[in-house]
Amino acid sequence: MSLTNTDKRPLSPHLTVYRTEVNMITSILHRITGIALMLGISLIVIWFLGAALNSNIFNLVSVGINSIFGKFIMLGSLFALWYHFCAGIRHLIWDLGIGFDLETVEKSSYLVVVFTMILFFLTLYFLIKF
Amino acid sequence: MFLNLKKPRIFGLLSNKAGSNHWWNQRLTSIALIPLNILFLYTFCGVIDGTYEQVLLTYQNPFNFIVAILFLVITAIHLRQGLEVIIEDYIHTKLMKDTLLLSSRIFCWGLIICSVFALGKIAFSF
Repeated sequence: MSLTNTDKRPLSPHLTVYRTEVNMITSILHRITGIALMLGISLIVIWFLGAALNSNIFNLVSVGINSIFGKFIMLGSLFALWYHFCAGIRHLIWDLGIGFDLETVEKSSYLVVVFTMILFFLTLYFLIKF
Repeated sequence: MFLNLKKPRIFGLLSNKAGSNHWWNQRLTSIALIPLNILFLYTFCGVIDGTYEQVLLTYQNPFNFIVAILFLVITAIHLRQGLEVIIEDYIHTKLMKDTLLLSSRIFCWGLIICSVFALGKIAFSF
């Protein structure tokens, strides 16, 4: 049995044969935002560590997080967090066995994006001071 | 295992081995994070640009302290569970997979230890 032959066989998820659909994007974004949020949670823990150690270290961390670049990362994390939140709730609803047919999945994909926007702008409006 | 709450036997559809335990634990942390996320953000967004004293005062409040510590610890557990699934899905060489699994565990334990230490020190220093 030659290994080179098996290597050339097509692999099971034939991703390239599918037309891009909103379901694919929302699905992979759930994982991507999950991984991206590692950065946000790390910064938050560093911020708390700074506050626990002393005021000099805290001020250093705080200036970094409240700089333009830091704000960009934190607001990006906020958006990713709300996306992950909405898509996660959709996953929990799927786990109850609800909403599996194609039409509902497509509708709920758009709904996830809409709710993400709503929650993101609500947080910006009510909780973030500029 | 974290959070070894007994999972329901949903009409015998779940197997009783480790896989379904992992699956069930991930759902537990997800559900717990729904209210915690909102409560944490509510406080955190208000003090992110606050002074040192403001931050200490905020997190010395028992409610804020408990919400923050639960949010950070459960997030770290949820992160470990999520990373484990992603690594197992996409990485198929044994050495790479084991290295990534181990480093993701170390990273998440680091987050847990740092957040418990930091919040504990903030809450109990007067």
